[in-house]
Amino acid sequence: MRVPKRTQWLAPAAMLLGFAAVEVVSAPAEIPLGERRSGYADLAPDTKAMQDDDTANPGMLWVQDGEALWNAKSGAANRACADCHNDARTTMTGVAARYPAFDSKLGRPIDLEQRINLCRAERQQAPAFAYESKELLSLSAFIGKQSRGEPITPPTDERLRPFLEAGLEQFNRRQGQLNLSCGQCHNDNWGKRLAGSLIPQAHPTGYPLYRLEWQAVGSLQRRLRNCIAGMRAEPYDYGAREFVSLELYLMWRARGLPIETPAVRP
Amino acid sequence: MNRGRKTVTTRRQFLAVAGGVASTAFVIVRHASATPASMASAIRQVIGEAVVQPGKVQLEVPPLVENGNTVSLTVSVASPMTAADHVKSIHIFNEKNPQPNVVAFHLGPRAGRAQVSTRIRLADTQTVIAIARMSDGSLWSAKADVIVTLAACVEDL
Amino acid sequence: MASALINVPKKAKLGDVIEIKTLISHIMETGFRHSTTGVPIPRDIITSFVCTYNNEEIFRAVLYPAIAANPFFMFTTIATESGTIKFTWQGDNGFLATASASITVE
Repeated sequence: MRVPKRTQWLAPAAMLLGFAAVEVVSAPAEIPLGERRSGYADLAPDTKAMQDDDTANPGMLWVQDGEALWNAKSGAANRACADCHNDARTTMTGVAARYPAFDSKLGRPIDLEQRINLCRAERQQAPAFAYESKELLSLSAFIGKQSRGEPITPPTDERLRPFLEAGLEQFNRRQGQLNLSCGQCHNDNWGKRLAGSLIPQAHPTGYPLYRLEWQAVGSLQRRLRNCIAGMRAEPYDYGAREFVSLELYLMWRARGLPIETPAVRP
Repeated sequence: MNRGRKTVTTRRQFLAVAGGVASTAFVIVRHASATPASMASAIRQVIGEAVVQPGKVQLEVPPLVENGNTVSLTVSVASPMTAADHVKSIHIFNEKNPQPNVVAFHLGPRAGRAQVSTRIRLADTQTVIAIARMSDGSLWSAKADVIVTLAACVEDL
Repeated sequence: MASALINVPKKAKLGDVIEIKTLISHIMETGFRHSTTGVPIPRDIITSFVCTYNNEEIFRAVLYPAIAANPFFMFTTIATESGTIKFTWQGDNGFLATASASITVE
């Protein structure tokens, strides 16, 4: 059963060769580009209103904290993000929209949270923020918000290709006790219901986001761990390379959709 | 894993499996929850033996909420909000949370308009009641029924 | 350190009814939850919220565990004079947070 399925996935993955050209032949059962939509479209009116109003969106509490962190001197170098990057409102526009990005030194893609921690270590000589810590979420929410409205623009960097293909394979691989793949819900059954909740297409347009279920802001990796545990498979650790390639693929799959950070979701 | 046979052939099978999984993921232990009786006694504690009439109060809650953790609620009362005739307080109660009280708002003629919005938690599908006390001592109420759904895959605490 | 987001119009005309919105970061732990090992998680909520306008109370809320985390309130007041609108949140475990905004009424 596994072997024929693998070649099926590899064929479209090979098509990613020309991924500078946006209209690449998609993997079987992938959502046609024109039919893609953010989970925002399916929100109840009150939840939409919560996201749309910056004065009432709980995610903005984290954005506000993130702005304070941006301007705070930190580490042995006693430097603030603002000291190098100035006003985030101009310098960070579009940044969250093009992460994960390839890091030449590490030889692999990194996501925005890892980029923040690299900056802290290298430029501020400060310890890294823990994954899912209030500080890291606040900073990535603040930086993410500066890309609000910008289309997701995955970098057309050839070096990313093997990681993108790995993410595609993960997305379509059956796993766990339920033997489900992400694609089975989010490509094949989006719009239908799972135990009362609507199945979204699962585009990471608004991360980090305020999830009503968490009553707090959380990262894409937290949501993915939640999903993977729900599928009764073993979730990767925070910061795992598997997560970064999956995030890379998800952002590629959502290319062109506008960033909504900080979004609100049930 | 099933060999030689497609797993989860029908959507019904799929949802039956997933639904079963979602319900066993529950770790929250529920206390004895409020009942219509305990809500009635909570209301008595606030308003005594006075009579409450339905009317004047408008309670806006979505009829179906995606997540009971955060339910938007707006309560408004038809009142000129003058020194002589205004809303003094609005009390909100629920039927099935562990506790019947939700919130109490204290207003006055300076409010201009008797309208307050907030976000509440509802543990289950239930009725929410708002009772307004006017400056002349009269009490008015409104009810709203809310259906509460849970997230499909509940996160471990 | 509780983060608060308040929204008060900077300017208003005398007599206008203005909308005030407040959001504060707080877990609002109900006291009804248990950990996975059955240990009860103690209650930790904000219990009161008071808003004053030039030191006169214009709005007060008494909160119970049924108020959602990161409590949000939207209420109204008449713009009577220029000055300061202050907000005070108090709660369990000695929780205290304040915020303020200026308003110019012409």
